[in-house]
Amino acid sequence: MNKTLLTMACVAILGLSACMETSQTMGTKSDAAPFTGTGAAPAAFVNGGWKAGDKTSWEQALRTRAQEGQNDYARTN
Amino acid sequence: MARMKFICDAERCIECNGCVTACKNEHEVPWGVNRRRVVTLNDGVPGEKSISVACMHCSDAPCMAVCPVNCFYKTDEGVVLHDKDVCIGCGYCSYACPFGAPQFPSQGTFGVRGKMDKCTFCAGGPEANGSQAEFEKYGRNRLAEGKLPACAEMCSTKALLAGDGDVVADIFRNRVLKRDKGAEVWGWGTAYGSSKPGQAPAKQGGKS
Repeated sequence: MNKTLLTMACVAILGLSACMETSQTMGTKSDAAPFTGTGAAPAAFVNGGWKAGDKTSWEQALRTRAQEGQNDYARTN
Repeated sequence: MARMKFICDAERCIECNGCVTACKNEHEVPWGVNRRRVVTLNDGVPGEKSISVACMHCSDAPCMAVCPVNCFYKTDEGVVLHDKDVCIGCGYCSYACPFGAPQFPSQGTFGVRGKMDKCTFCAGGPEANGSQAEFEKYGRNRLAEGKLPACAEMCSTKALLAGDGDVVADIFRNRVLKRDKGAEVWGWGTAYGSSKPGQAPAKQGGKS
């Protein structure tokens, strides 16, 4: 008797699960921080001098790149 | 790190459109969509000035405020990005943006407006960093490669500066001190709330 009830309950749960709606919550998906690196990108495209996942080294690499690439006074004077 | 910012030095911009080309090439931006453009003020008049304009990734972004589906989000670095899977292409952001940054591809059925496209500060979108899906929707994610935006890095005269707000403001300040003119930064006040870093916002009606 108990087995029959249990089986019926399981069938009912499985059957009803098909009636559930997919989530319709609005909003953006989470975005990985840039200092975590690309992972998929070929190493040739990645600027060296920093370690993926290390935020401090990434920030320092960008600062250095900005100074060396954009501050021409630092290079000429 | 401070937040990411753009500065365009009007004293240096020679209207070469190198930034525009670099952006189009780096992200394979479709025909008819210009994430960045060069605008000339007082064109033809002696003393004309040119500035390179794109999304400035505003501190208090009006596009984020008006979006009815909340597709915008701001990263920890202050970069304003959006999710094309959520965008419905309504165009409200286009009306709200003071820089005309949001762009809409028009190759949809019956010329319908597509999903909004804009400058990402070369930071991609919500998809996995460096993935093909991210590239196809938003372009290359150079920040995750440890690089700065392609437009600024390709600028021949270094008129366009991009990066950490403190660093680029320092570079610009140094230039102004050396040349003793051209301290105005077009769009800085509108985007970041002050005509000069660390000072009160500009008065209404004045230059931003």
